[in-house]
Order: sequence, then structure tokens, then C-alpha cells
Amino acid sequence: MTQSIIDDLKKSQILELLEQGKRIDGRALDEPRTLTVEIDAIPKANGSARVRLGDTEAVCGVKIQPDRPFPDMGDKGIFICTAELLPLSHPSVETGPPSPDVIELARVVDRGIRESHMVDISQLVIQQNKSVVGVFADIVVVDYDGNLFDACSYAATAAVLNSKMPKWEMKDDVPTLVEGAESDLPTTTIPVSITMAKIGDHIVVDPNSDEWAAMDCRITITTDSNENIVAMQKGGSGGFTLDEIIKCGDLSIKQGAQIRETLKHAAKGS
Amino acid sequence: MGGRESTLVLLDENGIRCDGRKVDEPRRIMIKAGGLKNADGSAYIEFGDNKILVGVYGPRDVHPKHMSRTDTGILRVRYHMEPFSVSERKNPAPSRREIEISKVIKEALLPAVILDNFPRTAVDVFIEVLQADGGTRCAALAAASVALADAGIPMRDMVAACASGKVADTIVLDVNNEEDQAGQADMPIGYMPNLEKITLLQLDGVLNAEEFKKCVETGINGCKIVYELQKKALTDKYFKNGKDQ
Repeated sequence: MTQSIIDDLKKSQILELLEQGKRIDGRALDEPRTLTVEIDAIPKANGSARVRLGDTEAVCGVKIQPDRPFPDMGDKGIFICTAELLPLSHPSVETGPPSPDVIELARVVDRGIRESHMVDISQLVIQQNKSVVGVFADIVVVDYDGNLFDACSYAATAAVLNSKMPKWEMKDDVPTLVEGAESDLPTTTIPVSITMAKIGDHIVVDPNSDEWAAMDCRITITTDSNENIVAMQKGGSGGFTLDEIIKCGDLSIKQGAQIRETLKHAAKGS
Repeated sequence: MGGRESTLVLLDENGIRCDGRKVDEPRRIMIKAGGLKNADGSAYIEFGDNKILVGVYGPRDVHPKHMSRTDTGILRVRYHMEPFSVSERKNPAPSRREIEISKVIKEALLPAVILDNFPRTAVDVFIEVLQADGGTRCAALAAASVALADAGIPMRDMVAACASGKVADTIVLDVNNEEDQAGQADMPIGYMPNLEKITLLQLDGVLNAEEFKKCVETGINGCKIVYELQKKALTDKYFKNGKDQ
């Protein structure tokens, strides 16, 4: 999002409030915004979720279909996660090829889920070296209020958790659908990303758009169900001290556990 | 088109269609005005199993600049389908079909909007199809009209939209996906109910002169049903639930 004079004015206000231990929207420093998860929002997809994190909203649909394996991974299926910022999400978003920010967003969200090995791709083989199951989680952002990383990640995780996988068998060298043999998509863990912004000397969890515009730098840390850290991405022009990074790691585990419960609960409700 | 072979009974002896509707009955329609925080105007429509979100921005500066006009504002429309909106995953890049639909929807809305007072600006309409099930362009057009009104863009009339078609030798209202695949004709119609003008009209299929007339009339009746729901969506937002403005 483009920097404006308003953002500069807001930054000094945000900093002043932080000196008193307060945030611009009244949250505690380590408090994420309210997360609402609507499961199965797109019944035509194999799994889907519409997620609202504060006023940031993302929709994810999972499509599962037979595909060719990657040449060096004939015994594994495919999991690909994409993210797109739709032009209706914010006045500054334009149509056309994605900006570096959006490419980073898609890659960070993809990495968080991939590196946690959430989707067990070894179970997605139809015939070794020939045909595998491809799982595409496509995320679109429809409303912007900062921290797209977490909103997109939660949408994808929730959609993958409630995905149903059709079954294919090889017949005459072609993967053929076996009717009525759907099963849950094999998952091993629930990755949860927590994005934190550094503003002045303060670390805030889940920055909204005002805080996003005011921050010096940010870090996104993804943890799995065993509270291991599985992926990380630092961004922005400032830097973190070692102490700050360690604090962020602890915060991501603590806050991640609560978000994980929300995602689990939403998946069960389907 | 052209009546592909199918085991599906499109119309039974009692005149009931494959999804249980009568010949002149549209699918379930739900329209909501507003909903997006950043957009100047927005609308969400569920038209049968279609789920479409529309956001409107403007009047605002035009980029690229050479598109701007000194005598009037311009209208730009982008119709886009999500990769997960259809059975087989769709490539996220805009297809030729999406570009054509963007154009016909724009031209269906142009007669309704009054942009003369906003020279050198653009009004952008972004249509996002979250789930598609036949008849997306009509559902999208209806929702886009509501979103434009929600954005406060001056309009001569609302553009309502509904398709009619020919299924099992009978003219029916609001052709669904199965009927579109196996039926004989599909005619999407955009219509301004107060000015009594047709602003979108396409036909895919074969009709004789008499069927053509009946088909247009059926479609216009459908548009009138949609029009009432468009008005209701706006009244619900602006008169009953005042805090949501």
C-alpha cells in the first residue's frame, strides 16, 4: 500500500500510544484481532473457507485433481498454494501482473503450509512416476486491513482441513475417478502463522493497516501442532535484535496455539 | 448447445424442471448491498449456486492517464472468475471469455450510469465470481448495478438481469448449468425496468421467430423479479439498518 501523509501523522500517534502500552484500536500488544472462519463457503470446491481477521477478509478454495508428478518427485503428490490481491480489496490495488509484495505474500503463505508438511503428499500418488494427485489452494483477498499473511494462511489452512479428496485409479493408463470413494485429505499437522510488527521499540501481534503502514519491520513465524517453528520471514526496512526475535518466537507459539484451536473448532463444525 | 444427448430429464410431464422449478420460476436469489469495508460500493449475490462479489471504486483518478476523457467520466468493468469457482481448476489469468463478458457487462451498465459530471475520472467495477453455476453474467450484472447504486453513482435506472432459454422445446426462465449444457438455447438479458430498455442481449442456440419473442418476454419478466430484489437489497441497507451506512 502506498505511503501517505496521513500514514506519517498516524505513525506518531501510534508511537505515542505504544509508549503508554496501548494500541490504536485498543487491543493489547500481543492480541490478534477477532478471527471468524466460515467453512465450506464454496461448495463446488473440494474444500473452502472464508476468513475474516478484523476487517481483512480472504477466501480460499481447494481444488484436487490428477496431475503429472514433478520429474524428481515421482513418489509424491503436489501441493501448491497461490494468493492474489483482488482489485476490489483496496483502492490502490490494480489489475495486471502481481506486485513483488503480492508475490512475497503468496510464497510466504505457501512455504508456511508446505514446510509444516501439513498435507501428506506421500499419500497422494495414483501411480508412481506417472500420475499423482495435485492439491491447489487458491487464496483471494477481498478486503484489506493489514496483515494479509495471517489471514491468507488461516484461510488456506482451514480450507485444507475440511477438504475431501476424490479417489482415482489407473485404467488404460489414464487416472479414472472412482465414484463415491471420497476421503479426508491426509493432513499431519495444523500450521499457524503469526505476524508481528516492530514499531519503534515495540512488538505488536497482527498489525492492522494503520500499524502496517507505520511499522519499521515485521516478522511472520509459522508453528506446527507440536509447537515447532517451521517457517519464518522477516520483511521491511528495519531490523530486530536477538532478544526481539526470541520474544517473537515465544509469541508465535503462544498466540498460534489459540488460533489453532479456532481453526480446529471451525473444521469440526463442518 | 443443439441438444446434446443426455439421460437427464430436463422437463417432466408436469412441467417441472430438473431442479424442481416451474418453467417461469427463477432460482433462489439473495442480494446484499454493501459488505466490503474499503470499496466505495459493494454487493454480494447468490443466484442459485452462483456466488458473486462486486466492488466499485470511484469516481477516481484514471490510470493510465490517456484513458481519461475531458467530457465525461469513464466506466471500467472487470469480470473475473476465481480458480476454485468451477469444477476443473481455472487458470487465474483472464481468459478471452472473461474479457468478452467484462465488455458486455460494461456496455449493459453504461446506459444506466450518468458520468457526465465526473470528467477525467473513472468508475471501476470489479466482479469476482467465487462460485459459478450457469448464468454468471446476469447475476454479475444485477449485483454490479446494486454496487454502483451503493457507491452513490448517479443512475437513470437499475439494470436488472436474468436469462431465459429453450429446454426440451419449451421456453423457460433462468437456465441453470445442466440446462445450459443440454438445452437448446440460452439468452441472457439485461433490462432497465423503468426505462423499458434492453441493455444486454446475447443468444446461444436456435429459436424460431415466435420462440424468440416468447424468450425475450420471459427474460424480461425474470428481470422484473430480480429488480424487486435489487431494490430490497438497497432498502435493507439504507432504510432499515441505518447503522450500516
